[in-house]
This record gives sequence, structure tokens and C-alpha cells, in this order.
Amino acid sequence: MADVKPRVKVPGSAAAGEAFTIKTLISHPMESGLRKDGDGNPIPRKIINRFTCDFNGSNVIDMAIDPAVSANPYIEFDAMIDAAGEFTFTWYDDDGSVYSDSKAIDLA
Amino acid sequence: MTYTRRETLVLGAGGLALLAASPALAVTADEAVAAFTGGAEMGEGGLEISAPEIAENGNVVPIEVSAPGAEEILVLAPGNPAPPVCRAKFGPNAGSQRLSTRIRLAKTQDVLAVARMPDGSFVQATRTVKVTIGGCGG
Repeated sequence: MADVKPRVKVPGSAAAGEAFTIKTLISHPMESGLRKDGDGNPIPRKIINRFTCDFNGSNVIDMAIDPAVSANPYIEFDAMIDAAGEFTFTWYDDDGSVYSDSKAIDLA
Repeated sequence: MTYTRRETLVLGAGGLALLAASPALAVTADEAVAAFTGGAEMGEGGLEISAPEIAENGNVVPIEVSAPGAEEILVLAPGNPAPPVCRAKFGPNAGSQRLSTRIRLAKTQDVLAVARMPDGSFVQATRTVKVTIGGCGG
């Protein structure tokens, strides 16, 4: 999907062991499968069903997502680092597409 | 007993209609909780849900769940046609066991969260959210 865009906010640096907030947003209609179109036909379900965030290969959060999450899912959580490195964010779509983004971070 | 062709048709049509009429059975909140806890008793405390008292728009209700030290948090909207909302597992690089997101609420209900703690125990919390405009496209 060309119009699915992830946006991630990670601080440029953080002190080791100190929690900091990461905000993520991905533009996605999150079609719940419960809506009907103009003719009364159900619009098929198509949602982001999983979101993961890893830091240097180690997991921060792994979230299974259901249709009750709003369109353009906003997910905010706290992370903690012990070294400089890179965060990888991955969103998994029902249709098999995988969207990802990454952000480098330094040790403060 | 032999059926006439007419009777067979009617029986067949009736059967098909029954099948077509039953919607995809959504997981109920109880089933989702049972699957998560394995039927274990749930305690209280150590898990907080923040949500507005009144949601102006049921399509976008901001919520936050926080359970310090938890391994995994399950969030359900029992009043929705499909109650499961999300299930978040916290890894070694999590800074806290807190999650904020925006959810759809079909109508006024008690949002339910269940957290699994490292010792295998479970805690639950609920939060009543009044919804004026439902958010499930119904």
C-alpha cells in the first residue's frame, strides 16, 4: 500500500537504564470488517494486526492488535537502552504486507 | 422417509439460510480472558487504565494501561461487537509496562484490562467510558 506511512518519534539520545517515551503512528484505515459500503456489502477486514519494536535485536514491545484499535494506529510506550544502537519498528498487515521504520539513538 | 424434491429443496434452502445467517462468531470478552489467563483467578491492584470519562468520538478513544512489572497486558472492550482490543508483551528493553493507544468503542462500556505478572498471577482493572457517538461503523 503506497499510502501506509509510519512515523516514529524517538529521542536522539538517552541515558543508559533510564526509561524514555517512544511515540509511533502509522497511517492505515484499519478496516474492521464490520462496516458496510453503500450497497450494503460488508467491507472486508484489513488491519495492522501486530506491532513490534526491537532495540539492537532485543524486544521492547510486541503487540497483537485487533480491529478495535482506531484507524491510523497511535502506539506510545517506554523503552530503555544500555548502549547506542538502533530501534526497529515493524507493523504487520492482515494482507501480509510488512511496514518498517528504524531510528538510531545515542547514549547520553 | 423419502422426501419429495420440493421438500428437499426447502430443507436445503433452510439449512443454507441458517449457515448464512450466523455471523462470524467474534471472540467474547470472557473467552479472550480465559484464553489469556487459562482460567486462573484474577486479583486487583497494580494495573491502571486511564481513559476519558466521556468519549466524544467512539472512533478515537485515547486509553493508557500501565502495570509496573507486568509481562503482558490484555485490553478488551466487552461492549464492542468484537471485544479484543490488543495484547502487548513487554520485552527486556521496555522502559516501563505502559502503553498508550487509541481505540474504538461502540457504546458506553467498561473497558477491561488484564495483566500477567512475572510470578504467573493475573490482575484485572476496568474503567467505565461513556460513549456518545459509537465507533464501530454500526
